[in-house]
Amino acid sequence: MQVTKVIEGSHAIAEAVKIAGPKVIAAYPITPQTHIIEMLADMVAAGAIDAEYINVESEHSALAACIGAQATGVRTFTATSSQGLALMFELLHVASGMRLPLVMAVGNRALSAPLNIWNDWSDSISCRDSGWIQLYCESPQEAYDTIIQAYRIAEHKRVLLPVMVCVDGYYLTHTSEPVSMLTSLDGFLGDYEPEFKLDTENPLSLGEYANPDYYQEFKEAQHNAMGNALSVIGEVNEGFARKFGRGYGNGVIETFNMENASHAVLTMGTLSSTIKYFIEREKSDVGLIRLRSFRPFPSEDLKKVCSDVRSIAVIEKDISFGSGGAVATELRSVMDIPVASFVGGLGGRDITLKQIKEILGSTGKSGEGLTFVGSRL
Amino acid sequence: MMGELFSSGHTACAGCGMTNIIINILRAAGPDTIISNATSCSEIVSSQYPCSAWRVPYIHVAFECSAAVASGIEAALKTQNKKSNVIVIAGDGGTFDIGLQSLSGMVDRGHNVLYICYDNECYANTGVQRSSATPHGAWTTTSPYGAEMHGNPAGKKPIAEMMAAQGCKYVATSSVAYPLDIQQKVKKALAIEGPKFILIHQPCTLAWRYPPEKTVEIARMAIDCGLWVLYEIENGKLKITRRPSFRTGVKDYLKAQGRFSHLTDEEMEKIQEKAVGDWKRFEGLEKTTAA
Repeated sequence: MQVTKVIEGSHAIAEAVKIAGPKVIAAYPITPQTHIIEMLADMVAAGAIDAEYINVESEHSALAACIGAQATGVRTFTATSSQGLALMFELLHVASGMRLPLVMAVGNRALSAPLNIWNDWSDSISCRDSGWIQLYCESPQEAYDTIIQAYRIAEHKRVLLPVMVCVDGYYLTHTSEPVSMLTSLDGFLGDYEPEFKLDTENPLSLGEYANPDYYQEFKEAQHNAMGNALSVIGEVNEGFARKFGRGYGNGVIETFNMENASHAVLTMGTLSSTIKYFIEREKSDVGLIRLRSFRPFPSEDLKKVCSDVRSIAVIEKDISFGSGGAVATELRSVMDIPVASFVGGLGGRDITLKQIKEILGSTGKSGEGLTFVGSRL
Repeated sequence: MMGELFSSGHTACAGCGMTNIIINILRAAGPDTIISNATSCSEIVSSQYPCSAWRVPYIHVAFECSAAVASGIEAALKTQNKKSNVIVIAGDGGTFDIGLQSLSGMVDRGHNVLYICYDNECYANTGVQRSSATPHGAWTTTSPYGAEMHGNPAGKKPIAEMMAAQGCKYVATSSVAYPLDIQQKVKKALAIEGPKFILIHQPCTLAWRYPPEKTVEIARMAIDCGLWVLYEIENGKLKITRRPSFRTGVKDYLKAQGRFSHLTDEEMEKIQEKAVGDWKRFEGLEKTTAA
């Protein structure tokens, strides 16, 4: 059974966390994710969720506490944004290297300087190579569903990697929409059964030092687990859809109007909704690919879905200085058709329908270079 | 063969005091113990994959967050209705400097964790650099001596008193020179609910520049000359747990170590004066807090 309520994205995430049932939640406030941890605190205070809530003194300690708790055999949760994620950077690698299936929500926000609290993806994109699965959501509903899926993906025996559920700051965290919430997981997520844990009955050493004779294989194994995650994300998405009636493309990408498209536009997160609206309104012949999984990067799925298009325009809210849009750069490495790169919406600036029209109308099809959307320089 | 809970075969230097400290911590704590270890000598020498010297559950995460990791462990144990000892083992760099914030957070939140810092008064693991536990005047590679600098210009951070001020339920200092003192204090700490802090003095043959067989001797000298005071603070009351004979002079202690070899008589006298002042202060605290 499901109950539909109009709630904001942050609260949808907190509700999903509640039903997933982590035993330890470590929290530190940062805009725009704070509503998530505030609501979880309310839930813990009211006894609605049976978890220890640790008010840590920094995001670094939030992740450290989650690592410690997860290693002791329980499910955990934390959330952060921007500077907070940057402060965690060191431990992102530790969590994935230790193969701990943590789940964290990231309310995507620009990085300082200049200080800016608004949405773009520079925080999570900067953590691209930290060994975390990154799933980007389009709606509060998807944020809710993805949190639940994330635990299943992370804990999958062929994966055992931490998952970042990325939601656009404000556009998702602070926007209220109807969200259908599950009254029971109906066995979709079982009790957490760790592969290994800190246990005085069976002492293990975790987080060891590995010299050059051993280190590389750990990293290769992480890469292979990311490869496994590609199919597991799909399976989990499908299983969720079968059980609860909602799915998101094939789990790693979702397409819109690609059937008749000769050109494609690719983006992530909430910007997809604006582009969908444009395509529908203008009866455009451009198809949309929404990248749901940035890590692992679904190269084969993207090649397949683009087999009949002549060019792709990527619109993204991040910039790899000296290279270009991170998503476009990556896409170019797997595509043999032109990929045009558009970087915009940095620091929360709106990407307008007019700008989308321009991109899809002309430049987007040329497949050349890097364009800053609405640049004033 | 079970033997010690911290096994031989680790890669610590000859004459290292830290491994003796860990052996004695675990003798007192027993097998129902989980260790959160900060990046340090203790981590590097004990947990080189695929080996481990630890016969208790052990986790190392990073340098600055062993107290936060322990907080998570303790919280997770609570949710499973388990009551194992949770002990942090960290060096002075990981405690006085980079780990101070997470340690303070752990104490603030009141986690039932025993935090133990073994204090060799520098970053020995990275090749002897100055930490805020390095005593005044001591040579390290980043507090060298020359025309403009004569060893460490700053003094030692009063970390144990800071932890007591913040509300640790039990604070103690100890020394590798007295294994039973370590064991007694660890046992006492573990019997108390809440955050506890023990600071253990550990001469380092590499950093302090003395022959490896002198570790215990140097540690004893530090106590006997009054530079390292053994005490415990419980419920706001400070108790000195070993009274020095003062048959060892501060100069004897300083001269036994290469790291102080550049000090002038005048500089050594200043250190002596400070030691006398510190000792008087601790005696005073013992009297006033006992009242």
